[in-house]
Amino acid sequence: MREIDRRTQFSRRGFLRTTGAAVPAAAIAGTSISAGAAWAQDAKAIAPHAMATLVKAARDIFPHDHIGDVFYVRAVTPWDAKAGKDDAHKAMVTEGIARLDADAQDAHASPYLSVAWESDRVALLRGIEHTKFFKTLRADLVVSLYNQPEIWPKFGYEGSSAEYGGYLARGFDDINWLPTA
Amino acid sequence: MAQFDLNDDSLVVIIGSGAGGGTLGNELAQKGVKVVILEAGDRYESADFVNDEWASFAQLAWKDMRTTSGTWRVGKDFPNLPAWIVKAVGGSTVHWAGASLRFEEYEFKIRSTYGALPGANLLDWPISLAELAPYYAKAEDKMGVTRTNGIPGLPGNNNFRVMAAGAKKVGYKEVHTGRMAINSQPRDGRGSCQQIGFCFQGCKSGAKWSTLYTEIPKGEDTGNLEVRPNSHVVKIEQDAAGKVTGVVYASPDGAMHRQKARVVAVAGNSIESPRLLLNSASNLFPDGLANSSGQVGRNYMRHMTGNVYGIFEKPVHMYRGTTMAGIIRDESRNDPKRGFVGGYEMETISLGIPFMAAFMDPGAWGRSFTSAMDGYSNMAGMWLIGEDMPRETNRVTLDPAAKDKLGMPVASVHYDDHPNDIAMRAHAVQQGSAIYSAVGATRLIPTPPYPSTHNMGTNRMSEKPRDGVINKFGQTHDIKNLFVSDGSQFTSGAACNPTLTIVSLAIRQADNIARMMEQREI
Ligand SMILES: Cc1cc2nc3c(=O)[nH]c(=O)nc-3n(C[C@H](O)[C@H](O)[C@H](O)COP(=O)(O)OP(=O)(O)OC[C@H]3O[C@@H](n4cnc5c(N)ncnc54)[C@H](O)[C@@H]3O)c2cc1C
Ligand code: SF4
Repeated sequence: MREIDRRTQFSRRGFLRTTGAAVPAAAIAGTSISAGAAWAQDAKAIAPHAMATLVKAARDIFPHDHIGDVFYVRAVTPWDAKAGKDDAHKAMVTEGIARLDADAQDAHASPYLSVAWESDRVALLRGIEHTKFFKTLRADLVVSLYNQPEIWPKFGYEGSSAEYGGYLARGFDDINWLPTA
Repeated sequence: MAQFDLNDDSLVVIIGSGAGGGTLGNELAQKGVKVVILEAGDRYESADFVNDEWASFAQLAWKDMRTTSGTWRVGKDFPNLPAWIVKAVGGSTVHWAGASLRFEEYEFKIRSTYGALPGANLLDWPISLAELAPYYAKAEDKMGVTRTNGIPGLPGNNNFRVMAAGAKKVGYKEVHTGRMAINSQPRDGRGSCQQIGFCFQGCKSGAKWSTLYTEIPKGEDTGNLEVRPNSHVVKIEQDAAGKVTGVVYASPDGAMHRQKARVVAVAGNSIESPRLLLNSASNLFPDGLANSSGQVGRNYMRHMTGNVYGIFEKPVHMYRGTTMAGIIRDESRNDPKRGFVGGYEMETISLGIPFMAAFMDPGAWGRSFTSAMDGYSNMAGMWLIGEDMPRETNRVTLDPAAKDKLGMPVASVHYDDHPNDIAMRAHAVQQGSAIYSAVGATRLIPTPPYPSTHNMGTNRMSEKPRDGVINKFGQTHDIKNLFVSDGSQFTSGAACNPTLTIVSLAIRQADNIARMMEQREI
């Protein structure tokens, strides 16, 4: 069977379509999610700590260990521009993060970002699952995370195929492990 | 290309250019009848289509506001997207997958066959399979349906091969690559399928039949058909004697235009068609045009649907090749011993990563969800589609509050699953799971219904005027020169995909409209 190269390839198209403010991959690769990161510092309407918490929550909502932080950052970055234009959105983010941090303080005596185990953070997210903040974040992410063409190969999905002549000569029927009757 | 005057009252005006409207327009034009098709959406050609799920959705889908109510899961998951319908020239035949099956004889007679089912509004069609059979044959020839007219079946892709291997183990017999309106060899000036895999996003090779590049240009070539895109009809007008006289439509700048007509045919799909009739209420018809029966908008059907995806140890790459790559037909029969009346089909389906994320389990998050997504390349998928029960209370009404940008009340879609639908879905999910388990699935993912792609029944055909909206020719019982020409005509939905039947009805209707015009009945 024709397998797929799953290594990340950054295409210019991906940069242009997935984020308003392009986040260079090199600026993120290897760094952890923290308020000190350049992308968090660069946010204008959302405070760096809140920005970093959003990204962490994004990863905890849709955790894919084979997908780098950069893609979660890109998925969330448009929220900063939106908050800049829309006070209600900004308030929702500020209050949502404050609530998450307050819950984290109660349970673990630390802000959400510093709660070490994913399972503990997930329990905190379950606690706010019914809120507009959580629902909006999840609903946005399911598009803004998975609609990034650079991550498709990591799932073994090849995307657009017409320009390669479809799959007629590229393995549409190349399965080789089925029981032969 | 023809261009007709707004005041020309000799025309047949068709609202919508999809399976029903596009076919009717061409058929009439071929007979020398002058036709204008008014289409709300824009006109795109194959080269404009994009192999990208969300971008294509943004380009082609009907995104104007709709609202929902009822206990169906779609209403909870997608409260403003009850249906997935195209708003563009070609209608939903741009998006469709091409599965083209005939109804069975009993499926035209469900009241006689199933009896009186509590909570359902069953009715026999006023036509039989024998009456429609010659038109099915014409439609299959027109659309180039595989496994008819000596056209070979399509080759099976990986997704089909997994399903077929499992089906064989489970003991199913009628398993093949379907009857598809997709060229398996060049035909009718169009090439053969390149296995591109984006059938739902508009076929860039043109192998798949769509009124956009078959019926419509053929009709235009006669000089008798004008297609006016970006023309959203807001009202059908009537004179004091009760005849319809024309329609009012909006162009994108919001300006209103009045097109006169001798005959009006409504083909806006089963949500917009009843909405338009309801929005066209008049002194004679205060409850909506042609609605003396009160049945306009009622008996909305969307098929019992659901999906099963299986994850395997080894790769499948289900997205390669035709989206509906094959079918299992053994459960498509009426066998009440299974715990429900009517039958269902099992057809392969595949979504790309963006749509899989959005539709696999709407609202879900966390590792259960993401680990299933991680299994994408090893996934095979099938869509379950069966007959759902028409119910008076499942209906399209005008939303009391929400209005579109033209100020017209939007369609509100209410749907509750009938117990028969629920029993059928449970059976289908169990059988689908057995099929994938038989070939080694390590995980099964039963996913809920997607926004409705098969919308039917809201202006149904009936023998007696009190039971439905239109007669056996699609002519409204109430108004002689007003017709319904799309899937809303369906008296019942059958187990199979609807479009072949919509096209067959349109060919038959064209014969009858032309005859009635010639005989000055209309
Ligand atoms: C993803 C997908 C896959 C499908 N696969 C299959 C399949 O494999 N087999 C099958 O049989 N069916 C399939 N279908 C269903 C099939 O596409 C529809 O059943 C069929 O196209 C319906 O025909 P119609 O004439 O009722 O409406 P449509 O084809 O939807 O046409 C309606 C047209 O009317 C226009 N319109 C609506 N209101 C107005 C107005 N007020 N003024 C002007 N224009 C208006 C719309 O913009 C649209 O273009 C699929 C559908 C989808 C979305
Ligand atoms: S798989 Fe075939 S029918 Fe589907 S889009 Fe590609 S060429 Fe067209």
